[in-house]
Amino acid sequence: MKIVHSWLTDLVPVGDDVPAIAETLTDLGLTVDGIDEVGATVDGVITARVLRAESHPDAAKIHRVFVDTGDGRERHVWCGAFNMRAGDVVPLATPGTVMPDGRRIEPKPILSIASDGMLCSARELGLGDDHAGILILPEGTRLGVPYGEALGLHRETVYDLDVTRNLPDCFGHRGVARQLGARLGVAVVDQPDVDGLFHEGRVAPVEIVAGERCGRFTTFVITGVRVGASPDWIASRLTAAGMRPINNVVDVSNYVMLECNQPNHAYDLDTLGGGGFRIRLAGDGEQLTTLDGAVHTLTGDDLLICDAHDTPIGLAGIMGGLDTEISEATTTIALEIAWFEPIGVAVSARRRGLRSEASLRFERGVDPGNGIPSAAARFVELLRLTCPDLRCEGAADETAGATRPGHREIHTSAARINARLGTELSAEEMAALIRPLGMPTTVEASGAMVVLPPSYRPDILETVDVAEEVARQYGYGRIGRAVPNSTMHGRLSVVQARRRQLRQVLLGLGISEAMPNPFLAEHDLARAGLDGPVVRIVNSLVADESVLRTSLRPGLLKAVAFNQSHRRSGARLYEIGHVYPPGDGELPDEHEMLGVVLAGEPAPAAVDVWRQLVAAMGFGARLDQSVVPPGLHPTRAATLTLGKQVIGVVGEVHPDVLDASGIDDRVAVVELDLSVLLTQEPKVPTWKPTSRFPSSDLDLAFVTPDSVIAEKVDKAIRQAAGTLLVDLALFDVYRGPGVPDGSRSLAYRLRLQAPDRTLTEVDVAAVRDRAETALRKLGASLRG
Amino acid sequence: MMLDHVATALREALVRVEAASSTAELRAAETELLGKRGPFAQFKAQLGALASPADKRDGGRALNEATQRVSAALAARRADLAAAERAIQLEAERLDLTEVRIAPRRGHAHIVTQAWERLEDVFIGLGFQVAEGPEVETDWYNFEALNTPPNHPARSEHDTFYLDYGTPGSTLLRTHTSPVQIRVMQTLTPPIYMVMPGRVFRNETADATHLAVFHQIEGLVVDRGITLAHLAGTIEAFTKAFFGDGFTSRLRPSYFPFTEPSGEFDIRTPRGDWLEIGGCGMVHPNVIRAGGLDPEEWSGFAFGFGIDRMAKERHGVGDVREMYSNDLRFLEQF
Repeated sequence: MKIVHSWLTDLVPVGDDVPAIAETLTDLGLTVDGIDEVGATVDGVITARVLRAESHPDAAKIHRVFVDTGDGRERHVWCGAFNMRAGDVVPLATPGTVMPDGRRIEPKPILSIASDGMLCSARELGLGDDHAGILILPEGTRLGVPYGEALGLHRETVYDLDVTRNLPDCFGHRGVARQLGARLGVAVVDQPDVDGLFHEGRVAPVEIVAGERCGRFTTFVITGVRVGASPDWIASRLTAAGMRPINNVVDVSNYVMLECNQPNHAYDLDTLGGGGFRIRLAGDGEQLTTLDGAVHTLTGDDLLICDAHDTPIGLAGIMGGLDTEISEATTTIALEIAWFEPIGVAVSARRRGLRSEASLRFERGVDPGNGIPSAAARFVELLRLTCPDLRCEGAADETAGATRPGHREIHTSAARINARLGTELSAEEMAALIRPLGMPTTVEASGAMVVLPPSYRPDILETVDVAEEVARQYGYGRIGRAVPNSTMHGRLSVVQARRRQLRQVLLGLGISEAMPNPFLAEHDLARAGLDGPVVRIVNSLVADESVLRTSLRPGLLKAVAFNQSHRRSGARLYEIGHVYPPGDGELPDEHEMLGVVLAGEPAPAAVDVWRQLVAAMGFGARLDQSVVPPGLHPTRAATLTLGKQVIGVVGEVHPDVLDASGIDDRVAVVELDLSVLLTQEPKVPTWKPTSRFPSSDLDLAFVTPDSVIAEKVDKAIRQAAGTLLVDLALFDVYRGPGVPDGSRSLAYRLRLQAPDRTLTEVDVAAVRDRAETALRKLGASLRG
Repeated sequence: MMLDHVATALREALVRVEAASSTAELRAAETELLGKRGPFAQFKAQLGALASPADKRDGGRALNEATQRVSAALAARRADLAAAERAIQLEAERLDLTEVRIAPRRGHAHIVTQAWERLEDVFIGLGFQVAEGPEVETDWYNFEALNTPPNHPARSEHDTFYLDYGTPGSTLLRTHTSPVQIRVMQTLTPPIYMVMPGRVFRNETADATHLAVFHQIEGLVVDRGITLAHLAGTIEAFTKAFFGDGFTSRLRPSYFPFTEPSGEFDIRTPRGDWLEIGGCGMVHPNVIRAGGLDPEEWSGFAFGFGIDRMAKERHGVGDVREMYSNDLRFLEQF
């Protein structure tokens, strides 16, 4: 919202300390995002009339222009633009002028003929983007005066305000003035008297058909209108506020909107069908061409303003129809000011893709009360400046059933408000803060308060809303600061603490943290060899990001491929993140996973990471190679199971998936369901006394068929060795000469120790025999 | 006579010990000099043949003294040789330790995670616990329970991703961490002092400062007698704890449907610049009610801000998109 300083201070005379005003506005919650100076003019540029132009035989791209600045002296300039004719008034930058781009105008001769200055384009003067030719000023412009003065340009300071939704009245200068005046103790100037508005005479009658969407619709018939230019100051302020001046009627309409936050429209009553209005919902498929030339096919939820013949002339609260603009011939207007139900306007504007200054305001809520006649009175007051014969005739004021914000008293108390704010203000102090906002407040000795919110503040409904206004005016910065005494113990939950521990373990393994996009393209999962149902995004902006991931793997593989393409082929990455497969409940089966990828490494690297995590985190699960996880290498991957539940996978990515992902080398992966594993509390180890007696090592190598997995051999040895076994290490796996095909030699070192005695050779031999017997049952034989 | 021989043998022995140039030579010399066939052993054997007891006594004393001196010389020489040999060995083992180029085996935590954990730690220090909630949410938790009913204009500012799950429009990707407020109130009995970090989603095109997927942290306090002053005090305490003693904070009015009064909070750097950090306010009575609590009994405040922004500012990242490139050249910088 652009607030013009001169306009604001007309309404509330608070002086010209712009930075201080900006700071106060920000402190009131009307955040000043910027302060702009507009309408600045270039010194030394004056108006001049073109007398004649001559070409020069040696110059093709420029010509000689002779101008008069009103002193009767003929001045000569070289000029590269040809759009002016004799008699045109143009801006002349006299020698010595410094242009906004820093150029200094010098009487530099061309072809030995001096140039007495330079004619300027609009862009050169900072008046717009037009650089096609020299700026032609209006006919009758005085000569020899600064062009800014001739154009009625005023230097204006503009505050760029970020106005929040709960302050709809601050979409008008008057609302901002009210907040500022209340804070600074300066009264806001009165609105013009509304008494002169209502006379006998011609009326533009109103029929509200859709009462649930239109709460009030008021028309004022005004005669004696003469369409022409606006006074300079109105044009200047509108320009500064970002609106283009058009003519006195349209400009006053816009001015009133920007001042009073009351969108309004002036119709030519003589061309208005039937001379009246009907407010109704559109029929499905009904068409309307709006002011901007767009044709809209409407639905039954769009609200229309129609003429008395039921012909649509505007999309209510959003934009007028193409044929409703007043013309130069207009002498009698019907000024319309209305209140439309905010959500209806918002929904309709969004559906139509139309946002206008009017819809912006109706969506937030305009004043359905006294603001309407006041705005009309202001309209009349301003238009009378250019139309001295202006006369108000009849007014029509229809209301309907839509819920309008109105005068609903709020019963509260100083104690309740202080309890919200942590202040110790009296009821009277609070009342003094909010009364200037147009909130009559009665105070009782008990501290009870009755607050009457104004109709232009639809957001104020209950005590907490009053508290906010008190705090806003009092100043958030003046409210004390106290740290509440937390009676909770600050700490992480078990899952959170274990998640952090897991991260540290992974970082210690040289694995860095990635954060891939949780959105995938439709084909990404299939490309990773994963399928199954997914949850799709309905309104994704990008087709490549329309599916919620059900696995971390596709994202991590993309990261591997990306790094490989930047000559970093050995990426070791992990992600801890959510996956979102569909579920049975109200929400998808969202849960947290760990994904690890080790680029350029085979499956054992993944097993190593898993075993490190088991050791560090106390994770427990069974590695089951009999079930091949989808998308992984069929002979180099395993599922991790806990009971019957699959809680992860470990292994190598399927070569087909690598090919499809554009990855050149093997990729080892570990994926773990953290929603299960992090909630497992590791067992607290209980003490076992360390033996004081010497240990004996026993090395045994077993020729074992490939079909018997090492884990099974481990288990058999452990059982055979019994309680004497304190450590078991598989230290060598050998395939080759001396070992039959289809078998390999597994070499174990068993460390044996008794808690209460030194072992004898008999003890060791017994273990050896038991192990050999057990292994023979598995088809393995003791080697050599 | 014998004494002269012993003296001569001692002189020769000492020369011999001194001349040994390695521990091996010294060992050989020791065997020769003090062994059974060494000169002193022979003298000792001859002692018995001496006639005079005085000669025996003098000879024995001289022999003892001589063997002790030889032993001492051997020990001294051994120590010297050992030291010299150790010195040679040490020199031979010289390494240029700056040649060592084994790549550091340390992973790099993502800067968003680093910021996330630092923020959690600061709030844990202030007596808060940490709560989490689902990223896929119902419309009710994300909007309606937060005093933002259907068609509320504030919804249009949220650019929500909707999902084809359940009835149309019922399921979405949370646009803020605030729904966790409701879940926390529904599951815990006050007093509640919680922070809720997490991933959030906005359906907008990513640019250098905005992402469709990013992270927020939300704070919620619900207790008896909580006021706006407690919010201001907590923000200030956080500012000092997280940014440092030289930083201060301020609150200014703003608007959110779920808080009333609402505010923005800014922090002031020691250089005097103000940085806009996040939104905050007193939890709206309707929100307390949606959480299943009585707003007449319990009041509270909430605040929230971006985690990514904290990471971005701390490390001076110029383009937030690079934070999610998963490019090792980026990740390994931190």
